[in-house]
Amino acid sequence: MPQSHIMPGFRPTLGFTLLYLTLIVLIPLSALLLKTLQLSPEQFWAILTNKRVLASFQVSFGASLLAAAIAAVLGFIIAWTLVRYPFPGKKLFDAIIDLPFALPTAVAGIVLATLYEPKGWIGQWITQAFGVQIAYKPAGIVVALIFIGLPFVVRTIEPVLQEFDSAMEEAAASLGANRWQAFLKVILPNILPSAITGFALAFARSVGEYGSVIFIAGNMPYVSEVVPLLIITKLEQYDYAGATAIGLIMLLLSFLLLLIVNSLQWWIRRRSGQL
Amino acid sequence: MTAKTSLKTLLAALAIFASHAAFADRTILNVSYDPTRELYQDYNKEFIKYWKDKTGEDVNVQQSHGGAGKQTRAVIDGLEADVVTLALSYDIDQISEKARLLPKDWQNRLPNHSLPYTSTIVFLVRKGNPKGIKNWDDLAKDGVSVITPNPKTSGGARYNYLAAWAFGEKNYGSKDAAKDFVKKLYKNVPVLDSGARGSTTTFIQRGIGDVLITWENEGFLALKEYGAGEYEIVVPPVSIKAETPVTVIDKIVDKNGTRDLAEAYLQYLYSPIGQKLVAKHFYRPYQPEHADPEDLKRFPQLELFTVDAQFGGWAKAQKEHFDDNGTFDQIYQP
Repeated sequence: MPQSHIMPGFRPTLGFTLLYLTLIVLIPLSALLLKTLQLSPEQFWAILTNKRVLASFQVSFGASLLAAAIAAVLGFIIAWTLVRYPFPGKKLFDAIIDLPFALPTAVAGIVLATLYEPKGWIGQWITQAFGVQIAYKPAGIVVALIFIGLPFVVRTIEPVLQEFDSAMEEAAASLGANRWQAFLKVILPNILPSAITGFALAFARSVGEYGSVIFIAGNMPYVSEVVPLLIITKLEQYDYAGATAIGLIMLLLSFLLLLIVNSLQWWIRRRSGQL
Repeated sequence: MTAKTSLKTLLAALAIFASHAAFADRTILNVSYDPTRELYQDYNKEFIKYWKDKTGEDVNVQQSHGGAGKQTRAVIDGLEADVVTLALSYDIDQISEKARLLPKDWQNRLPNHSLPYTSTIVFLVRKGNPKGIKNWDDLAKDGVSVITPNPKTSGGARYNYLAAWAFGEKNYGSKDAAKDFVKKLYKNVPVLDSGARGSTTTFIQRGIGDVLITWENEGFLALKEYGAGEYEIVVPPVSIKAETPVTVIDKIVDKNGTRDLAEAYLQYLYSPIGQKLVAKHFYRPYQPEHADPEDLKRFPQLELFTVDAQFGGWAKAQKEHFDDNGTFDQIYQP
């Protein structure tokens, strides 16, 4: 049977896809690799194992993991509320969720720093209540990263929740499951793959985030210095090869982590019979 | 708005834009760093008038501002600057070395080593100077919180660092003692912003820190913006001469056919009017006799080191202090 396609022409669309991928993604990424090749393996290794570089990798990846995990939980609750409950101003709230997508990240960083600094509206209160400082400490980085990661989680979980048939919950309840059991056995397995996608997107975005973090981090070497800042530092020293070397390591690590997350997702889907 | 009327407005806007561009016969681009924005806005108006009177030609000067390092990299990577007016000679050296757009001896082409104006590094403190800060050694005392940007990402912050270092070497007699002193000073820094403007914001708008190490012109600008009652400038008895060079980018002006214009643009900075404007915008003029005496009163006399005399030039200072594993990195060894 001849197959009919909705999109006109397989060849032109494939051609366009390849051209687009080559111009926008592959060439720039290979340029990154080529620039790095100016370094000898010893130099590359020296940059990679530099204590300060390692410390910043720890800060960047640690803060991003933590922030993405918190964003995943908060995002789930927000998505749940938005999908399940009618309340006045819901449309408005729904629109607000996307703000971090549109807002220049530097603006977000400056605003967050102003709020969370020791004398700021929120920071003052937290310092008094818990005796901890948020802004200009690693905690500040996490706050900024939750902010930019949250919409990724909400927007990936929301459609799945909308499609989720509440009859399944009712069926579980009629079979004698209490609410907690219904949540754990029925709702969670259905939501988990999209929650993991949201987590992965938020994480990937956080690892490379510069604008919002730089204003709230304090940028102290070994403590709150993120990898993107070190890349800028190398560029300021006209060390293009060094900067791209860090960029390349970052690219590889992020790719590896996304790969792990994707396999995890695939595994969960298969286990819960969604394939 | 219908599609038709919006198209009309768009065309009208384009026509205005095009006629504006056609108004000037030639245009040059001045690539500079952040705090010179206001200075060159004033200066460009004067220069355009001067050039029109002299030659009858209508010209236009475009300005580009940003962090000095970023601006330099943009020129190296292909931003077509006819002239650059930057914060460090090291940056222009890099344009010469990496992109080969101008000869190595560029700094000898204009009077005073291509420095029509200079500045220095001073302290900005809060009203009444509650911590009693007078000199560099006060910044290393316990309980004093100091705001300065990261010298690895900010050209201006390198002057701050070197000024402290020069003080330490002079006062305590040796390089090791200077290093200890600078280390102690940087222990008092709670936030390292990536640029000078960021540090000014941290100090003024966030209210963090007791003292901001800043360029003299940036300090005056802050007083002007935020009111003299809130902050005070403290001038230490010794500091460093911040040398802000200007030059023509040869390959670009030859390609654009703007060499005469670009050269005149920079030479006019040395004219009485140029010098007067420079002083008005808080830079120290090369020839103070042309400046307004009222403006000159703001610049107290102090002992000034130069990077050349004290550190053997920027290339050496950069390598010793700011490159990887330099003294700045050593200060932060855990």
